[in-house]
Amino acid sequence: MSKPKFAMYWAASCGGCEIAVLNIHEKILDVDANFDVVFWPVAMDAKYKDVEAMEDGSILLTLWNGGIRNDENEHIAHLLRRKSKILVAFGSCACEGCIPGLANFSSVKEVVDTAFSTLTTDNPDNLRPQPHYQMPEGEITIPTLYPVLRTLDQVVDVDYYMPGCPPESHQIAAVIDLVVQVLQGKAELPPKGATIGAGNSTVCDECKRKRNVKTIKEFGRIQLTHADPELCLLEQGIPCNGVATRSGCNARCPTAGAQCIGCYGPAEGVVDYGARLVSAFASVIDSEKPEEIDRILDGLVDPAGQFYRFNLAGSLLKAAKPAWKSNGG
Amino acid sequence: MTEETKPFEPTIIGFTCNWCSYRAADMAGTARMKYAPNVRLIRLMCSGRLDPTFVFKAFASGADAVLISGCHPGDCHYISQNYKAMRRFHLMKRVLTQLGIEPGRLKLLWASAAEGAIFAKEITKFVEEVRALGPLNWPKPGEQVSTPIMEEVTA
Amino acid sequence: MTQRITIDPITRLEGHGKIEIFLNDEGDVANTYFQIPELRGFERFCVGRPVEEMPLLTNRICGVCPEAHHMAAAKATDAVYHVEVPRTGKMLRELLYSAFYCTDHTTHFYALGGPDFIMGPDAPVAERNILGVIHKVGLEVGGKVIQMRKYGHEVVEMIGGRKVHPCTSIPGGLTKGITEEQRVEIEKMGRWAIEFAQFSLEAFNSIVLGNKAYVDLILGDIYTHHTYYMGLVDENNKVNFYDGKVRVTGPDGKELVKYAPKDYADNIAEHVEPWTYLKFPYLKKVGWKGFVDGPDSGVYMATPLSRLNAADGMATPLAQAEYDKFYKTLGGKPVHQRLAIHWARLIELLYAAERWVELVTDPEITSPNFHTIPTATPTEGVGIVEAPRGTLTHHYWTDERGVVTKANLIVGTTNNYAPITMSIKKAAENLIKKGNVNEGLLNMVEMAFRAYDPCFGCATHSLPGQMPLEVTIHKSDGEILDVLKQFVD
Repeated sequence: MSKPKFAMYWAASCGGCEIAVLNIHEKILDVDANFDVVFWPVAMDAKYKDVEAMEDGSILLTLWNGGIRNDENEHIAHLLRRKSKILVAFGSCACEGCIPGLANFSSVKEVVDTAFSTLTTDNPDNLRPQPHYQMPEGEITIPTLYPVLRTLDQVVDVDYYMPGCPPESHQIAAVIDLVVQVLQGKAELPPKGATIGAGNSTVCDECKRKRNVKTIKEFGRIQLTHADPELCLLEQGIPCNGVATRSGCNARCPTAGAQCIGCYGPAEGVVDYGARLVSAFASVIDSEKPEEIDRILDGLVDPAGQFYRFNLAGSLLKAAKPAWKSNGG
Repeated sequence: MTEETKPFEPTIIGFTCNWCSYRAADMAGTARMKYAPNVRLIRLMCSGRLDPTFVFKAFASGADAVLISGCHPGDCHYISQNYKAMRRFHLMKRVLTQLGIEPGRLKLLWASAAEGAIFAKEITKFVEEVRALGPLNWPKPGEQVSTPIMEEVTA
Repeated sequence: MTQRITIDPITRLEGHGKIEIFLNDEGDVANTYFQIPELRGFERFCVGRPVEEMPLLTNRICGVCPEAHHMAAAKATDAVYHVEVPRTGKMLRELLYSAFYCTDHTTHFYALGGPDFIMGPDAPVAERNILGVIHKVGLEVGGKVIQMRKYGHEVVEMIGGRKVHPCTSIPGGLTKGITEEQRVEIEKMGRWAIEFAQFSLEAFNSIVLGNKAYVDLILGDIYTHHTYYMGLVDENNKVNFYDGKVRVTGPDGKELVKYAPKDYADNIAEHVEPWTYLKFPYLKKVGWKGFVDGPDSGVYMATPLSRLNAADGMATPLAQAEYDKFYKTLGGKPVHQRLAIHWARLIELLYAAERWVELVTDPEITSPNFHTIPTATPTEGVGIVEAPRGTLTHHYWTDERGVVTKANLIVGTTNNYAPITMSIKKAAENLIKKGNVNEGLLNMVEMAFRAYDPCFGCATHSLPGQMPLEVTIHKSDGEILDVLKQFVD
């Protein structure tokens, strides 16, 4: 009997998810032993038309990382959805947009204009990339950028979510173990739509720093102090997103002395991650006077970026107003 | 006036607290005080219950503006929870501004149960301010902006 | 009749790419286009962010070499704040970086580049991959490669906080140091890395250099371009990955310029073509003359080979001995043959391992003085490091609060966009004549491309080295003339 088919694909992403998969080291042999890898452009030979030729639903498990930035990304998302039984939004980009989602603060015109008019860019004719360009020999094409970056589930139906930027390798290994057990009939798949490979609580639960009631009179910057390594960072005025971020990463960053930047996405039950953090940060401010509150908030120099760093594309508002085109806004 | 030139009618969601501001709105209604009908009221037990998620959801779902109203500082039925609303309001304004939603679209109003007239007046004023800002027209969930707009970025 | 060959997508590349080859009426190559079809917009969306986030945000430019961006960003933020990192802080950063280099160069050599040599370009397709390497060189090899990757990532985690996307560099230093316990472990791993690097060079020596056919291939003209070479050098003009000045030498070996990071914009400009999202950096002093070789063309390369060419030597003894042997074997400096990049990469692997041990045995490496709190008002700063794939430049401007107002990034592989384009074209021109396209083309184009280390490698089992290529030849009326496939079912 042939082995079930496995695929992995990257859209608007960075390759970190691929490296995280490789960092399961010897466990990759379990993938090899239990699956037939049929499509993984970064690693092996199949092409888009080979996927097109496969029967619908014939790929048992597809891990998709990356956001939907252009029409090629969207096309392949629909293709792989058709061909896959289980489609996992793998990593922060696919789940909530991640760092490329920060482009949603601007219009795509601003994004492209900026790239093509930097200090060192030599562009006297003010050229911009064209989706179709006629060369003397023939027409050549590149994909078209969409106005906003979207998450995978804003484009196709997603079966499971595996958060993290990237998902921690020990979590990936655990998920592979689970899938192998399911294949052997020893376990059941979680309900559709579930978040897998992560915890059910917040990063604070995994963080070993001491926590007391927080009364913030000032928000600080991590470089402008030598933070106490034993005490909660937020309590010291360093903006740490652990309070609303899903657990599963072992609180690596606060353990290393850096604030949690929220790469594991919203904790269980959170509808809008940024809104949750507004609530949390507002709660710890120690003042009842509007002027003083404003002064304290001045210490948070980029609140929208702080609260939506990884999550803008997946939030309720999804993007800032300049990003929407007028067939929307 | 033709259909096309009818003035824009803002849709405003108003979060009021059970003990003060909701009663103020009630009073205005009972006393038949006229005020702009654009605000749809949602009653919370306390302004401190106001989860910023409600505000973002309101804007994402089509509201042109959001009003948060509660007891005067010091008069909160639950002692001091309206200060939570105050702090959240200040922080939310900053976040929304960065997202391109004008600060004028979010208002914080303290109103006691006896201040029906003031409540009515403030609402009417707010409606006019939002009317001047124009519709927000936030894309609705499901209304995905999926058409490539590459033309916009060509030289 | 014009014929057109499309290779889409290129795989084994960090990101996406595609190649178009056009033939003229005689069936010879008229032109080739190598297009990059993606743009995410870092230079735009970093605006408005606190500058201390840049080492964290720019990590996500590349998940294979986030350490490179993390370091370039860290140095740029130090410059923005006009703050001097304490010696221990600099050493810790460079130690992390050296360990990362070992991992990265290992992954590329064994999983991507090595098979071409160790098995040979004429070897059966099924053997030209890491498994073939293991059969030829020994079963432990695969295990060693995994071990090297493991060790490298462990060091990154100990100093950087995480294995992928490190988080500990802040303006003025780091958020943590290392304990003596960690130091002992890191030293042990470093000494193992030196042995592993020597083993790799031994393997290259016996299998590649001991084979005349390979040596001829390396020295052959198809993969040779006479361009400028760029790399970071220390005050003795020795190769350094973390710090120093950028030195550029010409096709004749003479120094064109040596500039400090803050002067990069006087020296580099980026040419635009409207059929791709990526720009083509070139040397301003020479000017953009198109995709051509020679001292009058501003095209330059930034790779391990470039770094060796641009420097006067290696800063550690074992690597220096290999450096001397390298140039002696290949006929002196500079070396222009692109396939020699694979060898240069192994010499760098050895240097990185030696440097790793050098740094971790310094008595101040465990000092608690790893961060200086900045006191100056932040303004503007440039940070440059050598990414494994080439010189990496980060430039930020901020307001007085340290919030980014503008950013300019020139990324490693970008430096090589023009050279790769030229290498692909030359390979195509030499192999496709009179409309005859053969299987040899596929592998030879691969080799031209792969030498530059297009950013990715893969672990043992998944048979990398079989770069999938499907070449479809259309007649001008659109009818398919022939389809050649390699590793495509």
